[in-house]
Amino acid sequence: MKAGAAGLSLVERLTIGILLAWLLAFLALPIAAVGALAIHPVQDSIPPVGALFTTAGGQLQFHGTARAFRMVFTDGLYLHAFASALLNAALTALACVAIGFPFAYAIARAPARHRNFYVLLAVLPFWTSFLLRAYAWIGMLRDSGPLNGALLGLGLIEQPLPILYSPAAVLLVMVYSYLPFFVLPMYAVLEKLPADLLAAAADLGARPWYVFRTVTVPLSFTGIASGAILVFVPALGEYVIPELVGNSDTLMIGGILWDEFFQNRDWPLAAAIALVTFGLLMLPALLLRRSLAQLGGFQR
Amino acid sequence: MAAPAAALAQDPAAPILRIRGLAKSYGATRVLGGVDLDVPRGAIVALLGRSGSGKTTLLQLIAGLQEPDGGSLHIDGTDMQGVAAFDRPVNMMFQSYALFPHMSVADNIAYGLKARGMPRAGRQQLVDWALDLVRLEGLARRRPDQLSGGQRQRVALARCLVMKPAVLLLDEPLAALDRGLRADVQRELVGIQRRVGTTFIIVTHDQEEAMALSDFIAVMEQGNIVQFGAPREVYERPCSAFVAGFLGSINLFDGALTPAGPGRLQLRCDDGPLLHLGAAAPGNAGHQDARLRVGVRPERVAVERTATGMDNDFPGVLDSLSFVGNLSHAVVRLAGGRTLQATLMNLAGAAAGALRPGDTVHAGFAPEAIVVLPA
Repeated sequence: MKAGAAGLSLVERLTIGILLAWLLAFLALPIAAVGALAIHPVQDSIPPVGALFTTAGGQLQFHGTARAFRMVFTDGLYLHAFASALLNAALTALACVAIGFPFAYAIARAPARHRNFYVLLAVLPFWTSFLLRAYAWIGMLRDSGPLNGALLGLGLIEQPLPILYSPAAVLLVMVYSYLPFFVLPMYAVLEKLPADLLAAAADLGARPWYVFRTVTVPLSFTGIASGAILVFVPALGEYVIPELVGNSDTLMIGGILWDEFFQNRDWPLAAAIALVTFGLLMLPALLLRRSLAQLGGFQR
Repeated sequence: MAAPAAALAQDPAAPILRIRGLAKSYGATRVLGGVDLDVPRGAIVALLGRSGSGKTTLLQLIAGLQEPDGGSLHIDGTDMQGVAAFDRPVNMMFQSYALFPHMSVADNIAYGLKARGMPRAGRQQLVDWALDLVRLEGLARRRPDQLSGGQRQRVALARCLVMKPAVLLLDEPLAALDRGLRADVQRELVGIQRRVGTTFIIVTHDQEEAMALSDFIAVMEQGNIVQFGAPREVYERPCSAFVAGFLGSINLFDGALTPAGPGRLQLRCDDGPLLHLGAAAPGNAGHQDARLRVGVRPERVAVERTATGMDNDFPGVLDSLSFVGNLSHAVVRLAGGRTLQATLMNLAGAAAGALRPGDTVHAGFAPEAIVVLPA
């Protein structure tokens, strides 16, 4: 953004060219294709959509329709699904901030020689397949699982808690799965926070909590924001976790989209849902860009 | 330590900072080996030493950013043992200045006041006073990254002074500045200190900076203060060859004392020359045949084509002559083989201009130029 197109070396042009080609092939074109699909008319055929253009008697006819979008924005089912997915993703992101910030802070404040080891521990779960870990949670949470076993054994509950197949289980497993996505960027920012600034604040008479509020948090805001978005974005479209540990009340966009596409064979409606989801995802990214611009040039 | 704290605090002649036996180790490495220091009220004191001499550690112990292993530290008569950094009447100006990048100049300066819960009106008044003091009135709304190096230094200074500390600690205050700026900033720093009267303790590794800025210099070596005194005193009467060499260049002579008539002593140097010590010699009637080390500053050595007429005059050959503008640095090789450094002023028509390496010359200095260096 800083340098104009002029004065770029061949290598720079090539690098940018590759990036643009990648974005065009794997972002812009698929979005355009989904957008086109969303305005196709439905038709009982294979594929289950009619042609967008026909020529009848030498006349070009356009059969595009906004039906799918109208349904998305008027049918309570879809609005409900979007609201529930937004709420779920927001709660997941919030919980990741609440748990992940102290987590990352502790790693960043640990002796330098231990930090890499702690980071390794934080990403260690990635070495096992995500599906396996999700299934492991089913075992942990079910009525005869170790969690209920421990609670019953301690006499804290009389009946097994029906955690599995509940919204709570969905939230729990989502937070567990996405926590590293928050911790890593958060740690990267906190680790770079100059120790001098914290010492200067203490020297000026600020108590630890005041230093934390007025220096640590404002200066690591980019880490909080980018980490939260890294969690929020995939959480919004999450399909597998609600399928595995949620119940039928857990309306998630991913599930609705799947049903429209494969069960109802309403491809345009599925495409419209995908596009609206995409729009929802762009919102936090744009907000982040604005807040970054407001923070000005302090980022090194 | 016998005097009660209250009595110390009331006595304006009592040192504002009194340090006794302060020690600090990192594991097996001893960084400070029992430092004693009295800092007079309202003075500028420079802690001068190489990196690793313990000067920054001493500063951090005073600020309370680290805990000492032993010894005591009184500020304005109050024992600082167990007093956290945020409760000490001391502020530190960091080498990096450590300005908060997300706050304006005014908010940076107000930070400490706000942290201590001062109401807005009082804050504003003090911030205005500090901005005026460091001549940054027009820049109150700027962010640190919109300031020059010298301006940032002044914000850091104002941010500390607004707290009205008993002692202000400055860690290498000029190190982050361009060389060309330093002389101005030095003058300004001293000017501001004279106006507010706050005691300054400045850590520096630059002996010229230490001498130009301070009322007293504490020279540190390997975790100890080896000499404390006014700059001229430390320069002219260094207590050791290390201090002498650290505060500028010096020609060293090792030898044995020999008598040379009533009340006069000579030094028979191991590498040849016989030095007349004159009255400058130590009070040392009993030091006959004793080993002695003395030094002569290069600017006290004269170099001429003919005999210099000084008591100590040695023929030799001009080894090298480097011109650095106002001065020239000469090295003269004496007949016995040892060399002597001389710094010559390049005044109009000065001898140095006519000299060439290889010329036969005389190097000489007066007995008063000789400094006795305790081993």
